[in-house]
Amino acid sequence: MADVMIVGEIIEGKLSASTTEILGAARKLAGDLGQNVCAVLLGSGIGDAANEAISFGADKVYTIENEMFADYTNDAYVGALEKLNAEAAPEIILMGQTSNGMDLAPRLAFRLGSAATLDCIDLTIDPDTKLMQKTKPVYGGNAVAVYVSEAKPQIATVRSKTMDPLAQDTSRSGEVVAFDPGLDSSAMRQKVVDKVKEEVEGIKLEDADVVVCGGRGVGSAEAFEELRELAKQLNGALGASRPPCDSGWVPNNIQIGLTGKMVAPTVYIGIALSGSSQHQAGMSGSKNIIAINKDAEANIFGISHYGVVGDYKKVIPAFAEKCKELLSG
Amino acid sequence: MNMIVCVKQVVDPETPAASFKIDPEAKRALVSKDKPMVISPFDENAVEAALKVKDAAGEGKVMILSMGGESAKDVIKHSLAMGGDEGYQMTDPAFDDVDSYATAANLAEAIKKIGEYDIIFCGRQDADWDAGQVGTGIAEILGIPSVTAVKKAEVQDGKAVVERVLADGYETIEVTLPALFTVSNEIGEPRYATLKGIMAAAKKQVTNWSSSDVTAAQARSQMLKIYIPVHEGECEIIEGETAEEAGTNLALKLREAKLI
Ligand SMILES: Cc1cc2nc3c(=O)[nH]c(=O)nc-3n(C[C@H](O)[C@H](O)[C@H](O)COP(=O)(O)OP(=O)(O)OC[C@H]3O[C@@H](n4cnc5c(N)ncnc54)[C@H](O)[C@@H]3O)c2cc1C
Repeated sequence: MADVMIVGEIIEGKLSASTTEILGAARKLAGDLGQNVCAVLLGSGIGDAANEAISFGADKVYTIENEMFADYTNDAYVGALEKLNAEAAPEIILMGQTSNGMDLAPRLAFRLGSAATLDCIDLTIDPDTKLMQKTKPVYGGNAVAVYVSEAKPQIATVRSKTMDPLAQDTSRSGEVVAFDPGLDSSAMRQKVVDKVKEEVEGIKLEDADVVVCGGRGVGSAEAFEELRELAKQLNGALGASRPPCDSGWVPNNIQIGLTGKMVAPTVYIGIALSGSSQHQAGMSGSKNIIAINKDAEANIFGISHYGVVGDYKKVIPAFAEKCKELLSG
Repeated sequence: MNMIVCVKQVVDPETPAASFKIDPEAKRALVSKDKPMVISPFDENAVEAALKVKDAAGEGKVMILSMGGESAKDVIKHSLAMGGDEGYQMTDPAFDDVDSYATAANLAEAIKKIGEYDIIFCGRQDADWDAGQVGTGIAEILGIPSVTAVKKAEVQDGKAVVERVLADGYETIEVTLPALFTVSNEIGEPRYATLKGIMAAAKKQVTNWSSSDVTAAQARSQMLKIYIPVHEGECEIIEGETAEEAGTNLALKLREAKLI
């Protein structure tokens, strides 16, 4: 029987959040097709992540464990998945819209003679054709398009925080199978020679409950320090639209949007940013959106719940002051 | 060092949501008369990446390739004005409305026709369909290695050394040549065209190819529909006598809503 296959990612020994979301999505698709879910984990030192995948919905887990997969390179990963595809012949392959997933999906699809759709926010099975319909934002999020492909396997990457994981159930049972793709490591043309972590101190942006996000209108690195203070005070994390990152006021890894981080906090406060479609792509899932902008026509107000029209340099200090008072009282 | 850069002409991605419209027949964005189409921004970063490699090597040829309508010539000329050496344009109805696979396959055919190359640069993602597949796809079809989201590319001892952007940092990768890299904005601001560059670009001939020169590939996926999502809900504007008071009132409002 064909399966719905997912390619998982492991971060510090545990399945990444997006992997659990994709397992949830795969379960639904497999349910509609009457199929099983299998997960593939590649790396060195997979350990307990295979069982974790079962507890989040996989019926079968293929582990591809070898030094060659310790670092991601598409030569190794596409090569291994090509071999596994020949054996497992999945109907569908899903992965995360992550640095690795977006690199892997198109190359794997074209190797296998099929097609991929990246950054999907909804996946459904057409009851008549049994094909997967893949919904993805286009034009930076100004529009949404639905794609279908008859070529198998049907491949898609999934935007983080758009699908729900199953509740973890450690009593679920499943099978773990070690798979050896038999690749020749000397044929690999890419070699990762160094990895640099640029971590932001404090709460992780993607996990924060409150995000304070500044835009081009904030104006300088110094002014961003004030926003950082505000974020800290609210127990949240600092984010930015792209221009402050491009200008070097803040590091690139706090960019929120289509080509940055995806956030969906309880409270998102957008300060002196216009709310371009590409920025909204990374934050429109926030539960409460608050905007401060001097331009009443700014797009961000279109998706906000609360807003202040005014100069942030005047609004924010008073806002921060009052928050401090309320939080200490 | 021979380099090929693939560039695409797109509807201006800074078009605000309010003026963004879809042509339901053509299933794509309507091009507004007063907003000219532009070079897809990451493709402009790709041109910059190639020019940086050329600058560092002190030699080399940067060839600009674009598939699109007649007006795609504008983005080729723009890239030549930045410092590109040669332009190649693919225009034919058979190249229109194709999917990422066919786009990659058509460009790969054209690249084979161009012939010799050491590095191919593409943008990491186009600003219209946001597909993010064509660069890697070309590499797969040509059978050469690829690295995506590159923020620095150098050539050392016949190999490329590139930095790839990751969610929390970056990694350095050594890659054998020829290779393809997709470029991210972290590579740095694209250079402005100088007056001299603009004048030189105006004189350069662009080679034109149609589907009789480059065989058009068949698409593997179809778009079923496209629509503009609707946002429901109202924004409550918090007022105040002064901006400061509005700030204070916002804090009170968020407390009332139990958000802080
Ligand atoms: C393919 C592609 C991918 C992209 N990916 C991303 C992405 O991931 N993330 C992202 O953010 N962008 C992305 N962009 C860029 C995006 O198109 C916009 O250019 C960007 O989001 C604009 O940032 P901004 O809102 O900060 O700046 P602007 O649009 O310039 O807005 C600045 C705002 O600040 C307001 N302002 C100025 N001064 C003050 C003041 N003193 N008080 C109050 N308000 C003030 C102004 O009214 C204005 O609304 C991408 C673009 C492309 C083409």
